[in-house]
Amino acid sequence: MGIFQHDVLVVGAGLAGQRAALEAMRLGLNVAVISKVYPVRSHSCAAQGGINAALNPDDSIESHIFDTVKGSDYLGDQDAIEIFCQEAPKDVVELENMGVPFARHPDGRIGSRPFGGASYPRACFIADITGQAILHVLYEQLVKAKIRVYEEWWVSSLIVEGGECCGVVAIEMKNQEIHVIQAKAVILATGGLGQVFSPTTNALVSTGEGMVSAYHSGVPLMDMEMVQFHPTSLKSSGLLLSEAARGEGGYLINSKGERFMKTYAPNKMELASRDVVSRAEQTEINEGRGVDGCVFLDMRHLGKDKIMERLGQIRELALIFSGFDMIEEPVPVRPGMHYMMGGIKTDYNGATYLPGLYAAGECACVTIHGANRLGGNSLMETVVFGRRSGKTASEYVKNKNFKSISKDVASNDINLIKTILNRPDRGFKAAKLQSELGETMVSKVGVFRKKEELIEAKEKIKKLKKDWQDVSVEDKGNVFNTNLISVLELRGMIELAECIVEGAIVREESRGAHTRVDFPKRIDEKWLKHLLFYSTNNEPKIENLPVTITNWKPQERTY
Amino acid sequence: MEVKFKIKRYNPVKGEYYDNHTVNVSPKDTVLNVLLMIRSGTDQSLGFRCSCKSAICGSCAMRINGRGRLACNTQIETVISENNEILVEPAGNQKVIRDLIVDLDMFWNKIKETTPYLQHMGPPPEREYLCSDEDMLHLSEVTECIMCGACVSDCTILEVDKKFMGPAALAKVYRFVFDPRDNIDDSRLSKVSEYGGIWDCTHCFKCIEACPKRVHPMERILSLRKIAMKRGITDNNGSRHSDAITKSVEHSGTLNELMVLPKSFGWWNIKELLSLIPGGIRMWQRNKMPSILHPKLAGVKNIKKIFKKFKSK
Repeated sequence: MGIFQHDVLVVGAGLAGQRAALEAMRLGLNVAVISKVYPVRSHSCAAQGGINAALNPDDSIESHIFDTVKGSDYLGDQDAIEIFCQEAPKDVVELENMGVPFARHPDGRIGSRPFGGASYPRACFIADITGQAILHVLYEQLVKAKIRVYEEWWVSSLIVEGGECCGVVAIEMKNQEIHVIQAKAVILATGGLGQVFSPTTNALVSTGEGMVSAYHSGVPLMDMEMVQFHPTSLKSSGLLLSEAARGEGGYLINSKGERFMKTYAPNKMELASRDVVSRAEQTEINEGRGVDGCVFLDMRHLGKDKIMERLGQIRELALIFSGFDMIEEPVPVRPGMHYMMGGIKTDYNGATYLPGLYAAGECACVTIHGANRLGGNSLMETVVFGRRSGKTASEYVKNKNFKSISKDVASNDINLIKTILNRPDRGFKAAKLQSELGETMVSKVGVFRKKEELIEAKEKIKKLKKDWQDVSVEDKGNVFNTNLISVLELRGMIELAECIVEGAIVREESRGAHTRVDFPKRIDEKWLKHLLFYSTNNEPKIENLPVTITNWKPQERTY
Repeated sequence: MEVKFKIKRYNPVKGEYYDNHTVNVSPKDTVLNVLLMIRSGTDQSLGFRCSCKSAICGSCAMRINGRGRLACNTQIETVISENNEILVEPAGNQKVIRDLIVDLDMFWNKIKETTPYLQHMGPPPEREYLCSDEDMLHLSEVTECIMCGACVSDCTILEVDKKFMGPAALAKVYRFVFDPRDNIDDSRLSKVSEYGGIWDCTHCFKCIEACPKRVHPMERILSLRKIAMKRGITDNNGSRHSDAITKSVEHSGTLNELMVLPKSFGWWNIKELLSLIPGGIRMWQRNKMPSILHPKLAGVKNIKKIFKKFKSK
């Protein structure tokens, strides 16, 4: 067992984590990043379409704020949204200065494209590889700053002493050694939890363990019922076709060839916000105007040249993974689980309720997304709040010493691993349980939700929680034991699912991505508030928190 | 359809061995999906890296039927052999840690040695750099590189010389050399013109075949050569070699084989010239020494005209 020490330790090496690390490094601290994959493998690379900032003089910060508040169905905290939109343009320029090759306007300035729920084309982009391009440039900066990265180390738990977070326990996957990494502050930037659902647009690494480690340390999660379904995912694989497809002018059509969005969002049509479009699609499918559980994304009118130049990557995705060439034919798509609006409750500086613990990016819930995130706001969020959390954590560690931590700090983790490795084979496999979990979540906690189905999901999760106690590991080796890691990940995913379902049962209204067919209206008098989830020995304990409203009073939401 | 997956395995206890799995899949299925199927069903201990399943994270590069590819975007029907077999092995040129998982230290160290970040003179502008969309679009192809290492897996130079920087790192160099915002001096180009750099590539095309994106590493290497020579970075064997061949053809219409090597090393490079002697003697013994006389081709005038026209452009 090795013991390592850093002033600031960032868990996760996607955009939020890398940006946080860079900020802390600039302030002259000893910074390290720990990640279960090599930094450029992080799921930020999959973001295709754009990053929102009101850079153009014809656009305005106020407009970006209002679009975000409205998009959130008024569940976003408006103080955080104001800061977010104000700071976004400077952060995008900084990314450009670091080397991100943003598309340009004819005058040489950073260009932008239209995106869902936005009143102005403010999604800055690099073809359809925006996330990947930014991720690689941030990693270049990490290399330049010589920041230590613990690559392919899996964080098992947080170390909390005297009410402060002071490090992590981690498994080095290459040799399964367990290490203690001491830190004066820890920033969680571990991304989303998409693998709780199946299918999902998310990568296999999006298993939510950052949220789980915070939750287990007594830190509340927030708004976990708010799960975004993206309108254009491919049928069988669940893979994502970017909103850029509609941003560049793509149509959604039903089996009759009608652009059905005219019924649901006559003004914004295909570019209404994601919750609205996903509900519209699901309604079309449910009412028999779909084909084989899908509607169609029609790009043909854009022509080959534009598709190849702006959307080459996603054309290839659709071609390889569904067999449809969007240049020549419409592609079947359907709503697919895509993003977690909820997460670890933080303030707009990234601070959680636990001193010394910070969070940023998809694993955090600031919340600027409220009940529905706008396309292009998540990449921006990772950068703005990654930077802010890096700065706040750095200020926190000034004049702080390393705490002494007890010798057996890793003993729980070591015992858990031993227990799992020693379990006899009773026929319970992690992969099977995970797919049962995922399928339950998609079928019963999807775009449209109702009480009976949610209760069924709850029962199923209870059973899975019990079954997990019997999941065994076939691989007893200690070199890259992905079998063991998958069992550990699954444990957390079941608990996260529990929070999602519990929140969906409790929130008896429809707001943003959370649609209850038995409570179809938004009820501000009762539900204009956040839900906080605390871990207990049993079901999560739920508390309420008021939403911060500054200038924008809730009003009816139409597109 | 029924497909036989032959998978090369390795772990420190059992050493190297091959595993066979017969699976029932659709021809459209991807190799990664089949590996996942095997791992969630018959053999949970099968080790491989994967994440995005959509050819953007670069985790799952491996050798499939002998060629470096991403498992996630390789469909069964495109690689299956006549007897319905698919051979899956770890990526080449790197140390295997476990099954299909290779040690990536060498890969990343080579990238890190290229000073892989934008370098500009003076402080950055107040806002963004003003650039043309064309310049940025030109970069977008090479920035499509997802660092999967499929090119490094199949590089024939790395097979024999681990000092070669390799296709991925050199493509990364191209990305900065051709970025109008990167305006440091020619130190990047000087560095890659040394031993182990652009001149060590033998244009075998393997990296282009293996690359799952539009990076075309070998073409980037050739472009770097051109621009390095244009900027006068010519004090190296590679550019002297290129120059010697060009001049010989311009002069006589054919290659003066006897002179190419000494010209490549440089006439004053006594040490390397002496090292040619044993090879020369063996050639002479086997009657393979090119003639000292190097006659011009009959139509050399026309060749000179071509050169003249090309140069005037």
